[in-house]
Amino acid sequence: MTTPTMTNEPWRWTIAETAEKLRAKEISAVELTQAHLDRIRAVDGAVHAFLRVTADEALAEAKAADERLARGQDLTPLTGIPLALKDVLVTEGITTTAGSRFLEHFVPPYSATVVKRLRAAGAISLGKLNMDEFAMGSSTENSAYGPTHNPWDLDRVPGGSSGGSAAAVAAGEAMGTLGSDTGGSIRQPAALTNTVGLKTTYGRVSRYGLIAFASSLDQIGPFTRTARDCALLLQHIAGYDPNDSTSADVSVPDYAAQLTGDIKGLKIGIPKEYFVEGTEPGVVKVVEEAIATLKTLGAEFIDISLPHTKYGLPAYYIIAPAEASANLARYDGVKYGLSLRAEAADLEDAYMRTRQAGFGPEVRRRIMLGTYALSSGYYDAYYKRAEQVRTLIRRDFDAAFAQCDVIISPTSPTVAFKLGARVDDPYAMYLSDLFTIPANLAGICGVSFQGGFSEGLPVGVQLLGKPFDEGTILRAADAFQRVTDYHTRWPNLAAAAKPKGATKAKKAGGKK
Amino acid sequence: MSLSRADVEHIALLARMRLSEDELNRMTEQLAGILEHIAVLQEADVSDVPPSASTLPPIDHFRPDIPAPSLPVDALLANAPEREDSYLRVKAVLE
Repeated sequence: MTTPTMTNEPWRWTIAETAEKLRAKEISAVELTQAHLDRIRAVDGAVHAFLRVTADEALAEAKAADERLARGQDLTPLTGIPLALKDVLVTEGITTTAGSRFLEHFVPPYSATVVKRLRAAGAISLGKLNMDEFAMGSSTENSAYGPTHNPWDLDRVPGGSSGGSAAAVAAGEAMGTLGSDTGGSIRQPAALTNTVGLKTTYGRVSRYGLIAFASSLDQIGPFTRTARDCALLLQHIAGYDPNDSTSADVSVPDYAAQLTGDIKGLKIGIPKEYFVEGTEPGVVKVVEEAIATLKTLGAEFIDISLPHTKYGLPAYYIIAPAEASANLARYDGVKYGLSLRAEAADLEDAYMRTRQAGFGPEVRRRIMLGTYALSSGYYDAYYKRAEQVRTLIRRDFDAAFAQCDVIISPTSPTVAFKLGARVDDPYAMYLSDLFTIPANLAGICGVSFQGGFSEGLPVGVQLLGKPFDEGTILRAADAFQRVTDYHTRWPNLAAAAKPKGATKAKKAGGKK
Repeated sequence: MSLSRADVEHIALLARMRLSEDELNRMTEQLAGILEHIAVLQEADVSDVPPSASTLPPIDHFRPDIPAPSLPVDALLANAPEREDSYLRVKAVLE
């Protein structure tokens, strides 16, 4: 089955096919951008993927893209393509909140390197996307501006922390988006919304201008509807950046050229520790079917073991909060952001009041956990031990990748859960990231793609790859998409959609 | 390792973050719960295992020592809650 490309609904097109239509002048970048702004107006009142739609800027960028297309010079596959950005990426002159009250009025003086690179490629930004506050969460319910709703079932979460980035792509509000992944924040929402989400190898993409959560784990990556579109976005954000000393000076291959459709002889490892009790049977079934499909395409499967998997989640919940407690010390009410100095008795009182008022409950919890893990007397028992475990997890992957090219698993143990179902139980929420966290600790890359459905809800399949081998996991996901149609299916938002010409949707808890 | 309410108050002070009475109680309970799950780390055999702070090979990047303009002071201070000339203004640290 292929997507019906109705000309009046260009938001259904893939980036790859749209790039051709733009060059053939079948549609202009302005028309394409306007179609997405109309789609946002129609459905985002129900989905709430966007915190801010920058329509005027988008249309101006589209006009510039059309001029570039008319000249026919300096074109890239992203020229004229409407995208959107997780609100953790700073954008010069455009309010950037990271989903926090702390940064409600923060207007960055510069743009993130990835934002500049996409702009240089001629891409258009439609606006900024909702997220869990400071990227801490797995449901987007920790946003200070209200949750995002899963387009497949508006009563369910879209996953998180990049829930807005995932939902926008799933609902046809943007052709691709950027998110960030510290413990699964790209892959898990991709799985829950029937999209492709790529966590890049640590160092593959510059973090300059990414508001920091846990600096040794954070990575930026794309959301799209196809593996090919993901490769096109990755191509333009990857590479060394002098402004980020942790970005790697490793050459960037032609990712789209690696999507040959041929995975004959590809060795895929099945880690027994990722197929354990606790995962929903409907999720396991989809992953097993995906394995069978990949087998018919010529992939070879071997059983492998990643013996220290069970220590991944606890090690992460020491390391990530520890780094967060240090990174978020900058929010002191002195330099930028919220400040309650007026009513404070002295400087310390100003810190205490400002940080109480500015951070939501989950951020406070993680700052507390991290401060504790780093405090005198507990450092060896918690932080140092967690970093030793991190070495063990890295060694697990090194040993596994000596036997296989990629590793397959479920992305998330469950399908999308109901809004509110886990907000009172922090650890139950943390379990959403059981299968995604080890890749962050080891620094390797991973992609989640559409494996199928369980009870009408999307199920993601995760492929983990060797460091800097994004091309191979994308090749396998692309090969799978050539023989399946799950990635072409759309959520039914007809009931939620406002008719054309309706007044601008009011955002629950959101703001413009 | 158990966690008392007094411990949580101390951590909040270290983090320079005031917590309400209600939140102190809730935080004590929730942090204790999370630490219980994390305790499994103590079972891992980490003897002779070096810690990894990063997954990158430790390579220093060098760039040519060429002066380049920084962001303008006014752009950087545009978000400051309170400024005086080119400075951030804070409450007096020493009386």
